Amino acid sequence: MTILKTTTLQSDPVERQAVPDPTPMKASDMVRFRQVNKRFGETVVLRDLDLDVAPAEKVAVIGPSGSGKTTILRLLMTLEQPDSGTIEVDGEHLWHKANKRGELIPADEKHLRTMRTHLGMVFQHFNLFPHMSVLRNIIEPLVRVRGMSREEAATRGRTLLDMVGLAEKECAYPGRLSGGQQQRVAIARALAMEPKVMLFDEVTSALDPELVGEVLSVLRELAQQTDMTMIFVTHEMRFAREVADRVVMFDQGQIVEQGPPCEIFKDPTSPRTRAFLKAVLEH
Amino acid sequence: MSWSWEFTWEILPELAKAALVTIEATLLGSVLAMVIGLVVALLRRSHSRLVRGATIAVTEFIRRTPLLVQLYFVFFALPAYGVTLSPLVAGVLTLGFHYGTYTAEVYRAGIDSVPRGQWEAAKALNLPRRRIWSMVVLPQAIPAVIPALGNYVIGMFKETPLLSGIAVIELLNQAKLISSETYIFLEPITLVGVFFLLLSYPSAILIRRAEARISRR
Ligand SMILES: Nc1ncnc2c1ncn2[C@@H]1O[C@H](COP(=O)(O)OP(=O)(O)OP(=O)(O)O)[C@@H](O)[C@H]1O
Ligand SMILES: [Mg+2]
Repeated sequence: MTILKTTTLQSDPVERQAVPDPTPMKASDMVRFRQVNKRFGETVVLRDLDLDVAPAEKVAVIGPSGSGKTTILRLLMTLEQPDSGTIEVDGEHLWHKANKRGELIPADEKHLRTMRTHLGMVFQHFNLFPHMSVLRNIIEPLVRVRGMSREEAATRGRTLLDMVGLAEKECAYPGRLSGGQQQRVAIARALAMEPKVMLFDEVTSALDPELVGEVLSVLRELAQQTDMTMIFVTHEMRFAREVADRVVMFDQGQIVEQGPPCEIFKDPTSPRTRAFLKAVLEH
Repeated sequence: MSWSWEFTWEILPELAKAALVTIEATLLGSVLAMVIGLVVALLRRSHSRLVRGATIAVTEFIRRTPLLVQLYFVFFALPAYGVTLSPLVAGVLTLGFHYGTYTAEVYRAGIDSVPRGQWEAAKALNLPRRRIWSMVVLPQAIPAVIPALGNYVIGMFKETPLLSGIAVIELLNQAKLISSETYIFLEPITLVGVFFLLLSYPSAILIRRAEARISRR
């Protein structure tokens, strides 16, 4: 089964440390934002954003509230449309496609649906389907989107529930689970679809403090074991330091500074990063 | 004149039969109203502005005109266009469409109450739009509004005497027939009221229970 391959495939640690090199226009980028702008009414949320993420790279996005971190993920997940600029995923345009003359035209729903197969997202508020059991939450998308048989989907669902430590909860309804358990189910559900890029939007910030640990440890393990590309928007600085290959500090819709966690956390160059980290770490 | 039990027993079977017609019209009209309401609610969410606009225009028109006028139109005026319906069919269709414009609002409230995150999670999982509706949104939206829909069923039930205007032999019409033969009004009309009370009161209690159960969730 393919999912087992992804979860057991150990990527070479040396290779992973070599990855963070944010020079633009590498042919192999998994995610590539170019001059992306996004505003909501008067609020400019993203300004001429350029951002690259290499295959298998684990990127942590940090920054003050309202700086546009969630918006980056929502644009990638096609939940929000950019006003201008281009986004590529695995070498293909996300919001555009080329017409016969090679010009970029806005993508249609069919193209978006194809591109969405490359992406998966875990939300701050889990967003499990409350009227379905835990296992069905995972099975239905596999059956309806991937065309898998129910048995095959159930097998994969159980493997993933086992991986997030919830094997015994498959028949429970989300409302009966703790926040931490629900979020682990949501992680399993997104993983089941085998996206190339996983997006995590502050997945622990809606949890009671004592439940944060169980979710982070699942993510930590996952990040170490898969070669999936992952973007974490997070306020958990320790987690970012342990898991990320690269930390991207974001403020007012722009990247303020980025680099390996040891650099960003130990010796930030930008005063804005310094101020932000000081505020967060004192908190 | 005082109440005659003898006369009451005499007319009871005929009225009971007419009550079945009332119930039949209510049930068929309700099923139709539930379906039409859902269709209207979905059309109002269509991507096409034309479809949305047309839906709003038609539903507003139906809602802003009296049910009795609509009944007369469907039963007495449509034959001029070659559409001749039996009284009961005309009645059920009209009730269904009229109440469908109201149940559409109920469905809409139910659909609006499904959190945005549910749509987004479904989209992120790449479920096709049709599946998002059928698997994620409606299964959450509809149970929440069943009591409200039930209230419209009771409302419709109490409006069925209007069908007597288009010659459906439902409860009120049957009572009127009896009265016009016997010149006695007290028992037939009272019994009609009792029938309505006996059926609508327990239904109202059931709905209140369902409401309480849903709000406890
Ligand atoms: N749908 C929307 N409509 C209007 N404004 C929006 C919308 N979504 C986001 N915004 C605004 O865009 C800005 C950036 O929002 P975003 O959610 O990306 O920030 P964030 O960095 O994720 O913040 P936080 O750390 O609080 O989650 C904010 O000012 C927010 O109010
Ligand atoms: Mg956010």
